[in-house]
Amino acid sequence: MQHSFAYFLDQLINGLTLGSIYGLIAIGYTMVYGIIGMINFAHGEIFMIGAFISIISFLLLGAAGVTWIPLALFIVLIVAMLLTSVYGWTLERVAYRRLRRSPRLAALITAIGMSIFLQNYVQLLQSARNKPMQPIISGGIEVLQQEDYVVSLSYMQMIIMVLTVVLMVIFSQMIARTPLGRAQRACEQDRDMAALIGVNVDRTISLTFVVGAALASVAGMMFLLYYGVIDFFIGFLAGIKAFTAAVLGGIGSLPGAMLGGLLIGLIEAFWSGYFTVEYKDVAAFSILVLVLIFRPTGLLGKPDIEKV
Amino acid sequence: MTAVAEPGIRLRRLDVPAVLKEAGLTALVIFALTFGLVGFETLDVPGGIDINTRFGDVAAAVAFGFVGRIALILLREHRPLPVLALAPLAAAIMLMLLLSETLFGPETGAVLKAFIPFHDPIVLWSLAIVAVFFSIRAALAVRDMSSGLSLEEREERVDRLGARVQRGARLLGPVLLAFALVFPFTPFADRQMLDIAISVLTYVMLGWGLNIVVGLAGLLDLGYVAFYAVGAYSFALLATNLDVSFWVALPFAGAMAATAGVLLGFPVLRLRGDYLAIVTLGFGEMIRIILLNWYTFTGGPDGISGIPRPSFFGLADFARHASDGLTFHEMFGIDYASSQRIIFMFYVILAMAMVVNLFTMRIRRLPIGRAWEALREDEIACRSLGINPRNTKLTAFGIGAMFAGFAGSFFASRLGFISPESFTFIESAVILAIVVLGGFGSQIGVVVAAILLIGLPEIFRELQQYRMLAFGMAMVLIMLWRPRGLLAYREPTIRLGGDRKAGS
Repeated sequence: MQHSFAYFLDQLINGLTLGSIYGLIAIGYTMVYGIIGMINFAHGEIFMIGAFISIISFLLLGAAGVTWIPLALFIVLIVAMLLTSVYGWTLERVAYRRLRRSPRLAALITAIGMSIFLQNYVQLLQSARNKPMQPIISGGIEVLQQEDYVVSLSYMQMIIMVLTVVLMVIFSQMIARTPLGRAQRACEQDRDMAALIGVNVDRTISLTFVVGAALASVAGMMFLLYYGVIDFFIGFLAGIKAFTAAVLGGIGSLPGAMLGGLLIGLIEAFWSGYFTVEYKDVAAFSILVLVLIFRPTGLLGKPDIEKV
Repeated sequence: MTAVAEPGIRLRRLDVPAVLKEAGLTALVIFALTFGLVGFETLDVPGGIDINTRFGDVAAAVAFGFVGRIALILLREHRPLPVLALAPLAAAIMLMLLLSETLFGPETGAVLKAFIPFHDPIVLWSLAIVAVFFSIRAALAVRDMSSGLSLEEREERVDRLGARVQRGARLLGPVLLAFALVFPFTPFADRQMLDIAISVLTYVMLGWGLNIVVGLAGLLDLGYVAFYAVGAYSFALLATNLDVSFWVALPFAGAMAATAGVLLGFPVLRLRGDYLAIVTLGFGEMIRIILLNWYTFTGGPDGISGIPRPSFFGLADFARHASDGLTFHEMFGIDYASSQRIIFMFYVILAMAMVVNLFTMRIRRLPIGRAWEALREDEIACRSLGINPRNTKLTAFGIGAMFAGFAGSFFASRLGFISPESFTFIESAVILAIVVLGGFGSQIGVVVAAILLIGLPEIFRELQQYRMLAFGMAMVLIMLWRPRGLLAYREPTIRLGGDRKAGS
């Protein structure tokens, strides 16, 4: 059974779905690191808030009688992106802006503090219990049947992958072509120089957090739809795995974040499928350690020289 | 207004529409933040979840945000007088509403309580505290306008306060220690208070241990609890499988934790600060997951129970009747009391914590301690002076881990039961918060922070659920306001130039 091609294909589909979610979160880490050089430890919490806003929106839409699923999905997507990005913006404005010139460790401790704060904020407001949701999209197509093992690609998985691809195309076009993207790339190269030639650095950094939070909220919605249950603690593990993905791909590199996300998703899926489910998180952490020791710049990253 | 202003501060005309616009924007942001998560509550009902609305809370939060922002703008524009007039009034009204039932009797009190916008009294209390804070700031602003203090001078003043506290610590330390020594015999040290004191002291010990790694050597360790777990499990496994007593197993548990620290530290200590932090976090989680899943060895999620309590240095047991050998009360010819064991545990953890403290204070004078602090300040300079950064960091990491291992075996023998639940990332974060709030490297700061963060919520149970929220907020605020820690003022360990006493 474990050696059949069908089983392999099944893990591949699971891994790609999971990888899409991790990749969308990883972009937030890598963008922020690229521009202000800090690890935004609270980014996983933004993802969790996105998932919570999504579940509340779904419930409200259900109560309001919106039953056409594409419309419901679209509305929830927009609402979650809007409301979650306000969290991203506030996070930067309140906690990080004043620390931009201070040592990295001060910024990291602040980020950890924000992460603890947001986790408990949601726990106090929405209780610590699991929040289950009825699956709203069911069914799928049969990809392959080998003996009696059926590999199917569910509509949910298709939506997650297609949505990720669409968002990635929009996002990379935004970085490549819009004034905001140009300003972001300028700030990434040299913040002071960018300010001198008239780039509004504060605004660019704020918008970076907004975009990162919006992508993370989409990941949160996908997580909710895929697993059907969320709680206030999901941001911790997902955040660490997405950070691992960003490091694996080369922190600061946007294609790297997506690639790293897919790789982490695939590694997790194959590890669960062929070895033990219990140790799948250990696999992710081990990869983080190994990458940092042997290739700190990641797969697609640029070398980082530490200056005096 | 202008009469109090010094010529140094130029009062701009207050642009009312701009002020309203800024406050309105704040209110809008707060509305967007609270609308989703505060406005709707997910209720657990059988077979799914239901939704409940709390729009009153959203409206109140928006209103408070609007007013608070206006107050902040007024302070920024050097017009503290209206704030000074209104903030104490707001605080007074808030307190009056809170205490209305005791002040005006139950009937009028219930009517007045209906005006309270939030259901939770703690939220109101914190609002009252914010209002008091605004009043103090306004009062300070009025005073500073007449004395013309600049921001730097004010910073310096807080620095001097920190220095005074540090110098006072030389007196405060022995006083606190003397108090701790007689504490079990004071009348208010009942069983519960002793338990709380033991918890606080455990965290003081962990905080002092982590202080070596974070405060002295400047290595941010987010997985410190892993070594605590290694120590606890080493002792628990030795005691339950091989029947080894606490005092024999203690050095072994410390050695195991130190070995774990060196083994984990060896490959990763050359990483840069923030990467190191994330990797140590990963290691901490890995150890927890292994403890959780290695069922045959660690008991998995069930943990290990039936861990023996420490005896009186192997000489006597704390039992009413000895199964074999002597009991404590027979040995000293006193009556049996169940509190004897707890008092003994209190002194054990006090002694262990003091060992860590003494060790830290002494090692700061040794070359290795100096090398830690130098490495924290500038690694590249240290390397060019011939200090081996990896070995130096490794000793700090290993020693810190060893103390965590000691604390871990104490923890295991105190509770008699351990499970991976006790060693989550949150524990690491709590210990780190104690070190950060106390001011990196400050020994007395750790004690104060541990009393505040562990002792207070234990005594006031209602605060328990807000504890972690306040931890997170405090970490952020302290980093924003004083990135080196609340009362961080470090007397240089050594001075060049000779006219002052070196290293005192």
